[in-house]
Amino acid sequence: MKLKKGIPLIDQHDKHGFWGGKFGGSYIPETLKKPIEDLTKEFQKLRKNKKFLKKKDFYFKNYVGSPTNFVKLENLSNYLDGAQIWAKVVSEANGGAHKIYNATVHALICKAMGKKYIIGDTGAGYAGKMLSMAAKKFGLKCKIFMGAKDIKRQKPNCDAMRRNGAEIVPVYSGSQTLVDAVSECMRYWVSNCDNTHMCVGSTVGPNIFVKICGWSTAQISKELKAQLKEKFKKIPKKLKLINCVGGGSSAYGFWSEFIDFNKKQIELIGVEAGGPKKSSLHAAPLSRNAKIGILHGAASYVCQNSEGQIHETESISAGLDYPGVSPIHCFLKDTRRARYTYATDEEALKAYQLVTRFEKINPSLEPSHAFAEAIKIAPKLSKDTIIIVNSCGDAKKDRDILKERLVRN
Amino acid sequence: MKNSLISQSFKNAKKENRPALLTYTVAGDNTKKKSLEILKSISDYADICEVGFPHNTPIADGGQIQTSAYRAIKNGIKINDVFSIVRNFKRSKKDKPVILMGYYNMVYQYNENKFISKCKKAKVDGLIIVDLPYPENKIFAAKCKKKNINFIQLISPTTSKLRLKKIINDSHEMIYYISMLSTTGGKLKVSAKEIITQYQIIKNHDKSKNVVIGFGITEKTIKSLKKADGLVVGSAICKEITRSIKKRQNTVTNVINLVKRLKNKIK
Repeated sequence: MKLKKGIPLIDQHDKHGFWGGKFGGSYIPETLKKPIEDLTKEFQKLRKNKKFLKKKDFYFKNYVGSPTNFVKLENLSNYLDGAQIWAKVVSEANGGAHKIYNATVHALICKAMGKKYIIGDTGAGYAGKMLSMAAKKFGLKCKIFMGAKDIKRQKPNCDAMRRNGAEIVPVYSGSQTLVDAVSECMRYWVSNCDNTHMCVGSTVGPNIFVKICGWSTAQISKELKAQLKEKFKKIPKKLKLINCVGGGSSAYGFWSEFIDFNKKQIELIGVEAGGPKKSSLHAAPLSRNAKIGILHGAASYVCQNSEGQIHETESISAGLDYPGVSPIHCFLKDTRRARYTYATDEEALKAYQLVTRFEKINPSLEPSHAFAEAIKIAPKLSKDTIIIVNSCGDAKKDRDILKERLVRN
Repeated sequence: MKNSLISQSFKNAKKENRPALLTYTVAGDNTKKKSLEILKSISDYADICEVGFPHNTPIADGGQIQTSAYRAIKNGIKINDVFSIVRNFKRSKKDKPVILMGYYNMVYQYNENKFISKCKKAKVDGLIIVDLPYPENKIFAAKCKKKNINFIQLISPTTSKLRLKKIINDSHEMIYYISMLSTTGGKLKVSAKEIITQYQIIKNHDKSKNVVIGFGITEKTIKSLKKADGLVVGSAICKEITRSIKKRQNTVTNVINLVKRLKNKIK
């Protein structure tokens, strides 16, 4: 299994849609074959279409608010007294998270395909909120599938979705979280694929959805590359890019431009959700060595039992609370280009407290997992090492959880 | 596979001038013992028994079958139990064809080859893997054929003409036509006439294949599709099991009565 240079990772799959011969693919019911084929053809066409690209760039700049800031966290760096810590503040993007990139592109594709309805899944509520925003912007009718447990714990985002005119469909099956929301969304698409476009909220699902999402979020690393050259004159010699990984869309977007670099120069570190400290449940298929399985139309490392039943997961962060992970991250793990680890709920909360004590940024619980790892390794590293954390979401949505957990502790 | 139990049961139904009745129940719903009992008793009226091996992330099933699947998993059904239910069933009903139906991850975790040889030992006659479409299923289907197990291809209203031809050419004795864009158990939203037209297109490609229609078939709709080689009823049966449990009635009796009524409608 080998990575190729000079080709975007999203395009390094074989003709059956597998990365490294075994991750990804399209395990879908017959009914979805045609709509997925149509979408694949359309995307291939659109990504080469100059008019479409111009439109995308226009909306990324004027609607998403690209580029987002790249800042040094001086106080935190001084406190940890090791590597310099920087943040790419992607949470400044319109709506408060990286999910807006994928949502905007899907809405544009939906328009181009002449479909009037768009549906999507959501965990933390950001994918749903952004899709509802994009749908409103482009005049599409929107339904968002969301686990009942997540609806309760991410209320601010639900309010936003409703304000944007989207219908939230609560999902009561299984663990009532993201995994069930994705299943229900796919079921709805099976029944309505003739007039409805489906947006998968991360780099998961059948091959084409991994590609579209990765293509959209790749904007983050394009911006970062330019910003690095601006701030440091060239790409620094010792660089670590730390990102949380649930489905893996922000991590892929953050890394895509840097995958071709030597890993001694640029280390890619993915941080999964380790769940509560004393719980056996987690959402860390990569770092806790889950087996390969098929979930939501793709083969990837999946938290499951020996029979192939998908495990319930548990994490304080709804956005990372997912038993599977993107096939491209499985590929990056097996080729050893990226290193994956996890942070527990408690570590993420502590990181949140520390970052907000020293800095003006307000990372949500998802990137707080990434900050936990940065805080852990920074003191042991030299001062010329640059750690960049993708602060990919804003903590407004976590208001209630933070209030409860930080008082209690 | 010419004289397989599956083709034999289609022939028998044809002799009686009616479509074959295929029932779908979930192994282990609501207990292992009960599901075997249900299977045995409905097989007096059903021509082919489809048995689901339940998965907890079923992306193509509607509410009724999901409920049955979750119930069975909650009650501890394991894949080896599914095989032993079939083996047990076949001991008393050796001529009744059984088709196992489920999702690919279960097969993948069990190991494809091991799964197929277990099927063979349990005398499983056919397999439907919902999320392993053509052409991805080519290798697996060939392995099944080698062991004289029917791999059943699915065709849906979205299947293109060219694809349809390829799937039919690659299919074994039986093809499953999905009546409409829906998960299992949806309300029939297209007319019987339209469904039969699509069915006829498949049939015209190769008359030797047995084509069954499934999804949305209930007591109300079954008669209108009588023309097909076979008709599959799944969600309606799962619903009856759920209803019986809720009302604390005898699930076995209620399900037999439902299957009898279904059979009478297509006689």
